[in-house]
Amino acid sequence: MAEAAIELRNLKKYFNVGKGPGGAKAYAKAVDDITLTINKGEVVGLVGESGSGKTTLARVILRLTSITGGQVIFNGVDLAKASRDDMKKMRTDVSVVFQDPASNLNPRETVMSSIMRPLVLHGTSKAEAKQKAIDALGLVKMDTRYLYSYPHQLSGGQLQRIAIARALVMNPKVMILDEPTSALDISVQAQILNLLLDLQESLKLTYLVITHDLNVIRYISDRIAVMYLGRLVEYGPTEEVIGNPRHPYTKGLMAASPILNPHDRGKEKYMMEGEPGSLINLPTGCHFNPRCPYATDRCRSELPQDVRISPLHQVACFLQEEFSIDK
Amino acid sequence: MSNDKNELLRLDHLCVDYKVKDGYLSAVKDVSFTINKGEIFAIVGESGCGKSTIAHAILRLLPEHNEVITGNVWFNNENINEYTETQLEKVRGRQIGMIFQNPLDSLNPVYTTGSQVQEGILLDNVSREDAWKKVIEIYKDVKMPDAEKRAKSFPHEMSGGMRQRVMIGMMLARNPQLLIADEPTTALDVTIEAQILKIIKSLRDEFNTAVMMITHNFGLVAEVADKVAVMYAGEVVETGTVFDIFDEPKHPYTTRLMAALPRMTKAEGRLQTIDGSVPRLTEHKSGCRFANRCTHATEQCKTQDPPMREVSPTHSFKCFMEQGVDING
Repeated sequence: MAEAAIELRNLKKYFNVGKGPGGAKAYAKAVDDITLTINKGEVVGLVGESGSGKTTLARVILRLTSITGGQVIFNGVDLAKASRDDMKKMRTDVSVVFQDPASNLNPRETVMSSIMRPLVLHGTSKAEAKQKAIDALGLVKMDTRYLYSYPHQLSGGQLQRIAIARALVMNPKVMILDEPTSALDISVQAQILNLLLDLQESLKLTYLVITHDLNVIRYISDRIAVMYLGRLVEYGPTEEVIGNPRHPYTKGLMAASPILNPHDRGKEKYMMEGEPGSLINLPTGCHFNPRCPYATDRCRSELPQDVRISPLHQVACFLQEEFSIDK
Repeated sequence: MSNDKNELLRLDHLCVDYKVKDGYLSAVKDVSFTINKGEIFAIVGESGCGKSTIAHAILRLLPEHNEVITGNVWFNNENINEYTETQLEKVRGRQIGMIFQNPLDSLNPVYTTGSQVQEGILLDNVSREDAWKKVIEIYKDVKMPDAEKRAKSFPHEMSGGMRQRVMIGMMLARNPQLLIADEPTTALDVTIEAQILKIIKSLRDEFNTAVMMITHNFGLVAEVADKVAVMYAGEVVETGTVFDIFDEPKHPYTTRLMAALPRMTKAEGRLQTIDGSVPRLTEHKSGCRFANRCTHATEQCKTQDPPMREVSPTHSFKCFMEQGVDING
């Protein structure tokens, strides 16, 4: 049995969007009742349209924002009840790389001082931190002459390497990558994806990769999690989710993703109509029912629960209940 | 001049040089290609390769006094690069429409979107009522949900997909022969992207509008393009039908790029990468611009400009190697 690196149990994050004092209470349910497990050494891809709560989920796991309900269990420790020491350890064990490297590296700091910063904050001596920064730069295959460069002197791909080096410098066990390649050109994207996979194998890392690019997700991940309006609609092994998507939303998403072979053109495609709704005025029942061609009265009134259709594959859809293996 | 009556736009040795501090920067060098009526023509390349510059040079939308455009732009057999500003005004919008990456930058925030679409129609001496009816018609053409209500919406009340529909509608209102779409779906989600692509395709099918699509996304190209020009550092290195480019790329750059696309899973192997980086374009050097990154480069490549070789009437590439490179080699 694989060991869990991160376990989410009924995780909720609601944002209060009520209209001032005396106004009606309203919530944006950015993460709504999500249960999922990421095993050690696994690469999990998280996909969904913009506004589906992907980044909020990452921020909740990192405890960059508080939890409304549910649990985040990291290496067996419930973070809500964790002691200060546990939290401190957790912050070195989980690191993050954000989407736009240019906007989250300090423009007035050299590459070296950016990479050293987390070490220094955690009490490493300057000399040791410098050595570790040099090592980290080596890991991301960059020459040490860049140590004294400033962010504006580097290209997008180089900046992303620096961001990865900074994330690696604390020897994390888990890395959360938020759109790691969406700001990059294809040839640079290939370099970064290869680098991430090499690092994952050599350092035995666990990744949670957030992206809207399905071709990237298919290439890099072992399992795919699909979110729609704050809810996890499907979670399963990459081949199963790509090859045989079970949730109607996943089907629509797969069909909409750009093909990379012109010979696949003209195949009859199921085109999803409409646009994702808002997290504030959610429909009753399944969140996807207004866009779902198979929606029944039950879908419009009841919220579907996760149905397990194979040991590692779960779907939140009433239509899949007959395939459940739990019965 | 060409006598082919299908021909709509032909670039003939187009060069664009920007004046910079230390001389000239050659952003577009010696680009020639033809777009036929009703054709979707994709220009694809990485950032900074000059693909948007070409589009802006055609309509002369580049910052004034800063650039030198040489070469000919044949549109309906007239060289619009020699047009005066007044003459060109009649071409912009009416004959060649353009949509950009971020529709929010192109829409006026203080007018309703409908009135902005109407503005273009009113230029043709139509009464206000008729023009408004046309606006509603156009909104329905671009599959805008709830057309009557949306025509009275302001840009901030709309989603990104709807705004891009407005932009396409604005172009449609003047019924241009050529639509230049500069990264039309980059800011949108894949599901909305698929809907916008469907509209662009139906434009071509219903009105025989030619589309020049500028993108860095090979997925889009594979999805809609008929013909493709691949650009690298200001030069077109390969042109062909979409099948020529995807099935039998010949130029080393195109070949490597195809191998860098994530078309497989990690179990099947690693993606190919292209080492090195794009050269600075300020020095007017001769020689192949890809030479410093090309694994096949010889001394000749560094000093002489490679010739354009024809593989078939539709497919050509710019390289010294007669056979080009095989996609598997």
